[in-house]
Amino acid sequence: MDSGNMAWMLTASALVLFMTPGLAFFYGGLVRAKNIVNTIMLSFIAMGVVSIVWVLWGYSLAFGPGGSFIGNFDHFALNGIAADDGETLIFVVFQMMFAIITPALITGAFAERFKFSTYMIFLVLWVTLVYAPVCHWVWAADGWLFERGALDFAGGTVVHINAGIAAVAAAWLVGKRRNIDRGVEPHSVPFVVLGAGMLWFGWFGFNAGSGLAANALAANAFLVTNVAAASAAVSWTIIAQIKTGKFSAVGAASGAVAGLVAITPASGFVDVVGALAIGIGAGAICYGAVLIRAKVSLDDALEVFPVHGIGGIWGALATGIFAVEAIGGTAGLLEGNGAQMTEQFIAVIATLIYSFIVSVIILKVLDVIPGLGLRVSEKDEDAGLDISLHGERGYVHDGAD
Amino acid sequence: MIKIEAIVRPEKVNQVTAALLDVGCGGFHYQNVTGQGRQQGVEVFTGRGGQTATRAAMPKTIITTVVQDDQQATVVEAIIAAAKTGDEGAIGDGKIFISSVSDAIRVRTNESGEDVL
Repeated sequence: MDSGNMAWMLTASALVLFMTPGLAFFYGGLVRAKNIVNTIMLSFIAMGVVSIVWVLWGYSLAFGPGGSFIGNFDHFALNGIAADDGETLIFVVFQMMFAIITPALITGAFAERFKFSTYMIFLVLWVTLVYAPVCHWVWAADGWLFERGALDFAGGTVVHINAGIAAVAAAWLVGKRRNIDRGVEPHSVPFVVLGAGMLWFGWFGFNAGSGLAANALAANAFLVTNVAAASAAVSWTIIAQIKTGKFSAVGAASGAVAGLVAITPASGFVDVVGALAIGIGAGAICYGAVLIRAKVSLDDALEVFPVHGIGGIWGALATGIFAVEAIGGTAGLLEGNGAQMTEQFIAVIATLIYSFIVSVIILKVLDVIPGLGLRVSEKDEDAGLDISLHGERGYVHDGAD
Repeated sequence: MIKIEAIVRPEKVNQVTAALLDVGCGGFHYQNVTGQGRQQGVEVFTGRGGQTATRAAMPKTIITTVVQDDQQATVVEAIIAAAKTGDEGAIGDGKIFISSVSDAIRVRTNESGEDVL
């Protein structure tokens, strides 16, 4: 790898890491003030736990040789990767940042009620048993979806559909929050917008870094990423304004994230026109998904499935529709390659089924292990997780020191 | 001695406190509070699909002062003039509550009665 590419990949990796604190603020603003420290910690501790898992065995299972389903332990603790092999080392780093943010995305589903000790074990198990295999399927040279030709430039299936459907499993098994009959008002709209802005910024590393080079493909990915985020923010804002009469900032932030999710798999394959369609569609489809989610009893507290699951599915399918051969080397439905849609469908369905089933198994096991369990006590939940689990308050107003 | 508690619009607090000083109030304090009266609460978004709920969270400021009995009429008049929206007033301009105070004591000297106000 030449120094230009290396410089960009070092930068892109740092950008992707920055998304996780961005997510922490995005989620943190959406919860009640008594749970912001906990919500932020769910994301922040993933930067700790998953980094360790990744260098020990996560990378090896995801990208090591093995089979079409999962890698092996050949690269345990990065064994066999030479100190002067910069190209592999930066790939380990870049991919580590993806492994960190994916389980952090799930935390929005069980916010305000999940037991923190169980969560830290969940992180280890989920990255090992769900993230690493799906990552292997889609991105490893011998992964079965990669070999079939499914297109996922930056992680629509691996990151977003994967986290989105695991969120459904988690919200279902942990159950509804107490005392939400009168609704939960986001306690800090500025934090929501700040977090969405950090995500948007970091996403340039996520998508424009996924070609692993500083070249025209990266520039295209950067461009379409911004176009999709922008058009989804605008479409969500306008649709929500028509429905409610107000220009919601939380809505604009949610729309931007939905657009970023949807363009993720497509960013190395579509042009600006495709990105506009994907973005506008993401704003409308994910807003509709949020409306439907509100009608079912599933308390996916921060709308992880409507935004990341549905947004990811829309993006994966839209990649098959709008792919332009001149950009990524693969034509989509609009250029006459209908067969690509089949591959996109298979990748979506396989990820949905596998991630849901294994996530359910992991959570069921954690639920029955003595001393663990998924949920905090009713008393702790009512008092707020900040005080009861962390011994800290997000906001100290009394000043009585 | 009379305690006057005036619940007013937060944006009127500087005008009301200036008016209190103009009519010779010796001191006052104020707190930002939330609640609801006949104006009703505020409607807020509680879900990203546009779900809303009404919260008893109308922002108001409560200004408290203690004055001598013969100052009551002047002070109340000054607060009303400063806190009213336009000439006609508007729903949400607030309310004034008046109660009697049995004594007042200055911490530094132990003096008591109206002289400490």
